[in-house]
Amino acid sequence: MAKENPQGNKFNVIGKASPRVDAIDKVTGRARYGADHSRTGQLYGAVLNSPYPHAIIKSINTERARALDGIRAVLTHADIPGAKSFGGIVPHQMVLCSGKVRYVGDAVAIVAAETPELADKAIELIEVEYSPCPVVSDPEQALSPSSPLVHEDGNLCAHHKVRKGDIETGFKNSDFVIEHEYTTQKVEHAYIEPEAVLAEPGENGGVTITGSVQNLYSIRRAVASVLNLPLNRVRVIQATLGGSFGGKDEAMSAICCRAALLALTTGRPVKMVNTREQSMRESYKRHPYKMRYKVGVSNDGILQAMEIKIIADAGAYAATSQFVTWRSVVQATGPYVVPHVKTDIYAAYTNNCYTGAMRGFGSPQICFAVESLMDELAAQLGLDPFEMRLRNTLKDGSITATGQKLTHRVTLDEALRNVTSAGGFKAKWLANREQDSASPIKKGIGISCSYRGVSLGAEGADAAGVGISLQTDGSAVVTCGLVDMGQGAATTISLVVAEELGLSSDKIVFLNADTTVMPDSGPTVASRTSFMAGNAARVGSTILKDRIAPVAADMLKCKASALVFCHDFISAGSSRITLAQLAAECFRRGISLSAHGWYKSPKTTWREEDGTGDAYFTFVYGANLAEVEVDIHTGRVIVTKFISCHDVGKVLNINGAKGQVYGGVAMGMGYALLEAYAEEDGQPKLGNFDEYLLPTICDMPQTEVIFLEGDDPLGPYGAKALGEPANEIAAPAIANAVANATGRRVRELPLTLERVLLGKNLIPGRERGSAMAKGAES
Amino acid sequence: MKVRFKLNGKFVMLDLPGVERLIDLLRERLDLVGTKEGCGKGECGACTVLLDGKPVCSCLMLASQIAGHEIVTIEGVAADNRYAHILNAFEETGAVQCGYCSPGMIVSAAALLARNRHPSDNEIKRALAGNLCRCTGYSKIIEAVSRAAERVAQERK
Ligand code: FES
Ligand code: FES
Repeated sequence: MAKENPQGNKFNVIGKASPRVDAIDKVTGRARYGADHSRTGQLYGAVLNSPYPHAIIKSINTERARALDGIRAVLTHADIPGAKSFGGIVPHQMVLCSGKVRYVGDAVAIVAAETPELADKAIELIEVEYSPCPVVSDPEQALSPSSPLVHEDGNLCAHHKVRKGDIETGFKNSDFVIEHEYTTQKVEHAYIEPEAVLAEPGENGGVTITGSVQNLYSIRRAVASVLNLPLNRVRVIQATLGGSFGGKDEAMSAICCRAALLALTTGRPVKMVNTREQSMRESYKRHPYKMRYKVGVSNDGILQAMEIKIIADAGAYAATSQFVTWRSVVQATGPYVVPHVKTDIYAAYTNNCYTGAMRGFGSPQICFAVESLMDELAAQLGLDPFEMRLRNTLKDGSITATGQKLTHRVTLDEALRNVTSAGGFKAKWLANREQDSASPIKKGIGISCSYRGVSLGAEGADAAGVGISLQTDGSAVVTCGLVDMGQGAATTISLVVAEELGLSSDKIVFLNADTTVMPDSGPTVASRTSFMAGNAARVGSTILKDRIAPVAADMLKCKASALVFCHDFISAGSSRITLAQLAAECFRRGISLSAHGWYKSPKTTWREEDGTGDAYFTFVYGANLAEVEVDIHTGRVIVTKFISCHDVGKVLNINGAKGQVYGGVAMGMGYALLEAYAEEDGQPKLGNFDEYLLPTICDMPQTEVIFLEGDDPLGPYGAKALGEPANEIAAPAIANAVANATGRRVRELPLTLERVLLGKNLIPGRERGSAMAKGAES
Repeated sequence: MKVRFKLNGKFVMLDLPGVERLIDLLRERLDLVGTKEGCGKGECGACTVLLDGKPVCSCLMLASQIAGHEIVTIEGVAADNRYAHILNAFEETGAVQCGYCSPGMIVSAAALLARNRHPSDNEIKRALAGNLCRCTGYSKIIEAVSRAAERVAQERK
């Protein structure tokens, strides 16, 4: 077991505590984020959103806006030269709506003006006549035949299933069956940087976009098709990203297309920066799920059958719902062996804010359900939660719910053992059940665990590229088609190149992604960056090394196999040259110093008819433990201690890895206790961080991180993934701890004061917070 | 209206239009874009600057309010050797991920360490309670600030 600092490290830079390659720029304020880019003569763009969640647009009159001084363009759907909508899976999201609006984040018109104030003023002068339609706000009702339609071809956005064994036989083999419903809320990514882009007309008749974008290539495709431009005339450059967590993906196409339209119409650079309120209103969220689990168990505590039905709210557009719900269906039984499985997941269109990718990608919801359920089963059987899990966890060679045989080392039990022994789980868990009734403060302890498929799996084409260019002074420029959104990809990739070429990592400059520099590497999602780009960086480094090694051998008069690349030197026995000398010599001999590494993921398979196949090429495992104090007079929950153990294959950068875990736990705590994006009849009930509460520095418990290094042969140096696993099981560990403290189970997130105290949420008045203040003013 | 104030150690004289937020003056007119906007409502702390040594949200202040006062932004902090320990500690410990909150965090930390050389973890938490970070889970930020304090203390010995 590698605890904090992995031992026996045979690498020069891999696995050490390396500072981020971009840290200096960020701490000095020098790093340029989307909104920090400006050009002389730039205009400011603004958007007119729909006031209605569902309505027919009867007319749009822009005359008064156009007449205003300082307004350079007012555009509607009629001004779009190419495709009117975009979308990677279902291309139905409108850049500017015509006909119908489907949620309050839909845009009807855009303007470009000399100042931001003028742009806002022009927006107010645009007159739109709507005829409101009945609002579809409940996903379950949306699927009933009598529901009004959000999209003409029906409200069903996605349906996936998994069938294994025979569910009836499974229940027959069970000694008892329990059935519960769990629900999770809609949450916002809440990256601290709101979306921002700058679009400039290009010299070649095209457009260049610089901004807070996570998936450059899908955005480029959307902009090109909306503007009727060939792909090579649309250049998308990633600005330093102020957080994303899945939230600035393809949907950024909307703001990018709008800015590009305005720039090409006016012939001037156009900057568009969202306020927090706009960002909250428009940007997609994490899917809320309603999950019904019926589970059969035999008296010895062995799972026999699981019948699962999940309804997800996709909101107004498909975005990535198909893929998100697919991951849920694959992992819905949790990391357990279940012989008989029947799972169905449906995503429904509604007039709520749409939902898409967010850290976890369909796993935090099901982790909450399954991990709560395991504790409930344990209680029924009189087992402790740890023992209950051990009897059912996936082990080496186990078969998953989709029929996949696990051929790598399965480290789930080890992860569970680590957190329970480090946290003294069993003794505390038992003691907490007999607490002094006089004190209102009750202690609780809870655990959770998960398995997670690495990278995209059978949901999409999966490949990535890394470019390396060695300079004649021994420094190097590295770039990648996957982006650094704060998770540290730039550092990880640089470290791999440094390790392979024997460079010190401060000799590397990592360039932000740019579509004209790197080929399409697909989306930066699914915690795939370390794995995919790490492997691509290894491939590229090897190509380059193989090319320059013979020159070094020649210079040092030895065999290429005798060379050692390390600390900016190449040595053979006692003689050595610097990497700079070698690079300069290669240049003199006309040998190329740049290389491009491409890595395609191993094969996966999937049969949609019955939901079987090798869904992911490998999995990661983790376990969490939370300790809480609950005040039973107020319902207030304080998390006092947290332990998080993850098998990451191999730790590439200990600083970066621990940072991912701490951040994941914080986000999971917000999910468990605080965060909920509230809507009523399709109208958002909150718009900023005064009402959407995030964990602050004062909320954070003492957190212990334990890494397991299971060494996956497929990963770079054995590394796998961490960003999402670190987040997905925090909430259920906390929920289980609260149940241990209070003796009462809450099956809905978040665990607000009322839910903990009364077991249900109080229905808030129609107007709260800023809405109420506004009502009082008028 | 003409106003005179001190900005990052230098006196500045500027013409101010009627209503302009301090953050817009800094970012849009003076190109000091190290100061970030995350909420525009005083909730996230990304826009924190020092006003006469005290941390304030520049999104909540009007530019005209700074007449006769001294403003220090992250650019000023970064250029001032007295604060080098804080920047280094943030870099080394991994207290920076996406970095969008970092300028505000560092400015708040600078204000704290200027008035309290040996802050406890709780004092650090209280000083940074107004700065939201979505990436780091804050652990490394606390570590960075206490490491910076230790270094300052060592140097003074
Ligand atoms: S932008 Fe000023 S506090 Fe958030
Ligand atoms: S590092 Fe991203 S918000 Fe703090």
